[in-house]
Amino acid sequence: MTGTVTLSQAQPRRATASLSVTLMVNGAIHDLFIDVRTSLLDALREHIGLTGAKKGCDHGQCGACTVHIDGRRVVSCLTLAAQAQGYDVGTIEGLQGVDGALHPMQQAFIDHDALQCGYCTPGQIMSAIACVQEGHAKSLDEIREYMSGNLCRCGAYVGIVAAIEDVAARTQG
Amino acid sequence: MSAIGRSLKRLEDRPLLTGDGCFAADNRADGQVHMRIVRSPIAFGRILDIETDEAKALPGVIAVWTAADIADLPPIDFRMTRIAGLEPYRQHVLARDYVRYVGDPVAVVFADNPYIAEDAAELVFCDIEEETPCLDATADPVAFMPERDPALLSEAAVITKSYGDMEAAFAGAAAIIEMELKVGRHTGVPLETRGALAVRDPETGVLTMYGAAKVPHYNRDSIARMLGLEPEQVRLSEGHVGGGFGIRGELYPEDVLVCAAACRLGVPVKWVEDRREHLMAANHSRDQVHRIKAAVDANGFVRGLVDTFYTDQGGYVRTHGGTVSDLAAALLPGPYLIPAYHVEGHIRLTNKTPSGTYRAPGRYETTFVRERLMDAIAARLGLDPMEVRRVNLIPEDRMPFDRGIEALGTHVLYDSGKYHDLLDRTLTRIGYQDLKADLARRRVAGEAVGLGIAFFVEKSGLGPHDLVTMAVQPDDTIEIVTGAASVGQGVETAMAQICSDVLGVPIERIRVIHGQTDRIAIGFGAFASRVTVMTGSAVKIAAEALRDKAIALAAPLLQADVRTLTLEMGCVVSRDSGATIGLAEIVAQSGKDLDAEGLFRADHMNYPYGIHVAQVRVDEAVSGIQVERYLVAYDVGRAINPMLIEGQIVGAAAQGIGGALLEEFIYNEEGQPLATSFADYLMPTCHEMPPVEVLLREDAPSPQNPLGVKGAGEGGITAVGAAIAAAVDDALGRPGLITSLPISPRRLHALLRR
Ligand code: FES
Ligand code: FES
Repeated sequence: MTGTVTLSQAQPRRATASLSVTLMVNGAIHDLFIDVRTSLLDALREHIGLTGAKKGCDHGQCGACTVHIDGRRVVSCLTLAAQAQGYDVGTIEGLQGVDGALHPMQQAFIDHDALQCGYCTPGQIMSAIACVQEGHAKSLDEIREYMSGNLCRCGAYVGIVAAIEDVAARTQG
Repeated sequence: MSAIGRSLKRLEDRPLLTGDGCFAADNRADGQVHMRIVRSPIAFGRILDIETDEAKALPGVIAVWTAADIADLPPIDFRMTRIAGLEPYRQHVLARDYVRYVGDPVAVVFADNPYIAEDAAELVFCDIEEETPCLDATADPVAFMPERDPALLSEAAVITKSYGDMEAAFAGAAAIIEMELKVGRHTGVPLETRGALAVRDPETGVLTMYGAAKVPHYNRDSIARMLGLEPEQVRLSEGHVGGGFGIRGELYPEDVLVCAAACRLGVPVKWVEDRREHLMAANHSRDQVHRIKAAVDANGFVRGLVDTFYTDQGGYVRTHGGTVSDLAAALLPGPYLIPAYHVEGHIRLTNKTPSGTYRAPGRYETTFVRERLMDAIAARLGLDPMEVRRVNLIPEDRMPFDRGIEALGTHVLYDSGKYHDLLDRTLTRIGYQDLKADLARRRVAGEAVGLGIAFFVEKSGLGPHDLVTMAVQPDDTIEIVTGAASVGQGVETAMAQICSDVLGVPIERIRVIHGQTDRIAIGFGAFASRVTVMTGSAVKIAAEALRDKAIALAAPLLQADVRTLTLEMGCVVSRDSGATIGLAEIVAQSGKDLDAEGLFRADHMNYPYGIHVAQVRVDEAVSGIQVERYLVAYDVGRAINPMLIEGQIVGAAAQGIGGALLEEFIYNEEGQPLATSFADYLMPTCHEMPPVEVLLREDAPSPQNPLGVKGAGEGGITAVGAAIAAAVDDALGRPGLITSLPISPRRLHALLRR
């Protein structure tokens, strides 16, 4: 697919325009020329080539597309790419250390069997890291409440909650 | 130490944790164009005209097709359970003459990018003469397509099965119990929507479809046949799959369209559906109404059972043919003796999304029906519900138990089972009597708490056979190629463990290739909990052949007699001299390939079984149901990797809770679907998910395969509806209250006011 989508001449019926956006993702700068309607999720996946964030609904209802903006979690399907300009966007691809070492949350997901098909996993992990950083991982109930925006159809919730509890205990410990 | 039976960490995890997974939508090809389906906005009507000019005129649009443009493509055929008379109800790739559900594909748009494709799809105008939709499978059959064939009615087939002397059963009965029980329409809803990328190599002419799942070999053959290609000219490739649950990977109209378009337009074609489309276009499931009549004696023993049921098949009969209804009819009797049984299953077409299989097809529904009956018998006769089960359970000394009827064309022969033993263990584990007393005390104190227990028999390991090839690689790894598929259930790890068990090679040095039609001639894919049984057995056979071959090749190299050689930790070892040689070294020194094949056949399925226990609290003020405790006891014969199995069981239980309490595809009178987003189709989140205890047993290995295994993918879901319904009855002190699933707040509210 081409990197540029220009609908302005293509479709006068629906006035849309393209614009230049500069995104900083995992510390790297990307200059894009995109349709103003482009979501941050589509910008990451289709224009930058970072396909780790997943699309499960495109309506902010599943959490599969969760990424960080300045360390806070957002659903990237409901965020316009243009809105992310000037902020620090973090995705699952940026979590590993330079030596390829897994982030503690990634390791905890292995340790607690917190995934099956893995489709929800990038979103779960980004959400989980933020959940701990926000201080919303003090009890199992609190974790369940603050992770309820991330669906897992494989039903790996018990492992997910245990992984977060584990990382939270070590971080706060 | 044996690699079987250990909870080894999954080989699959790392790429999935780092964002390196390759799911359907992650595939791309240079020059790809994007496909968008135009779907019927109307549930039932005759197509008068489809106007595509405006869409075609949109810059960036490459083509727009209606049925007339692909008139040469046949309807999508059945993959299983072909029943005479079903053919006229098959779905064409694009609707012809009539639309039969909201979401029925009527046209397809190809464009430079997905935004243009979506805009153009909105410019396609369908002129449809609306007819009154049929939305009730129990109503009298109506014409399927009135103008085309007024005599073809919406009852596609009736499945009948029968054994025993029903007249005698009813003649001597102490009580006769009649009930009507319903299971609502819900389905798998994997988190990844469907998608595919089809690319035709201009040089070789080979068409490759990425994004395949579940049954790649079968779909390769079907696509080739439909497009008039040879099977060798079509290749299906499975990447990561974001959940299958029975619905994903069946051959859908969209799969055929991407492939046809890649051939005809001469460019790669990509399609990814959105969630709304998924909820109205991918297979729905369940949606059965059962009317049962049972003759019981004074002890609660069921002397005879008669069932008439209706499966709401939706708009067309898809690839599964009569599978769901056939399984429901064959497996309704479950773990009980029931000496006389007669069932009539009506497969009825309606104007809803076509339905197919979803995890534990036919068993989730009939376990609800049968276990509700057991509870009703207990209530009617004033017996303990567990005692009623006990008098009806098939005793161990009757195994193997021949049911005397067929399921999916195979004889139903329960291979092994210690049903009473599992019931005792389960009741001991939960402290049945104390728990009952405790709940009674809480009820006296004003809480609406209750306990429900349901027994079930699953089935797994559908044949006919499975092939794997295995070869030692120069880097001393072992490559296993299987025609099975993986839908995220840990197939690679389980297969590697079985191989490792024979060869002693650590699983990290074993690579499992699956779902690639160009790597192995045959394959039956992943469904019906068949992979561990069928593919696992083939892996064991191949590994043993590879072991024997390694020893034979090593003998001259070690100058030893084969009888003195063993394979340990991936090396051939001489018991006499202590000399060893590694597998790759054998290849290097002998100059011969070290490879093997394993073929496993099975004529019968096998039958794992289990028990679900639910403890719930009903909040009458908000008509809410909270699951306080959930336990699944399950005998899988032999557990290859207990951690993987527990994950499967707990995950399946989550889906079962969804189907019991939350999930339902509701339609209004016009046949418009009202659940087309996650705001309306509610699935359990980690908030609703109770902790699930698993009592995993290996008391009754299957005598039908060399591993003794039975499939574990479905038993976590099978009895959830039954157990929760019983627990809600108990909590409210109203036996027989729940006759319909899901027990949504709306439905419970209505019941509580009654
Ligand atoms: S894809 Fe963004 S929340 Fe579902
Ligand atoms: S692991 Fe499959 S959706 Fe969560």
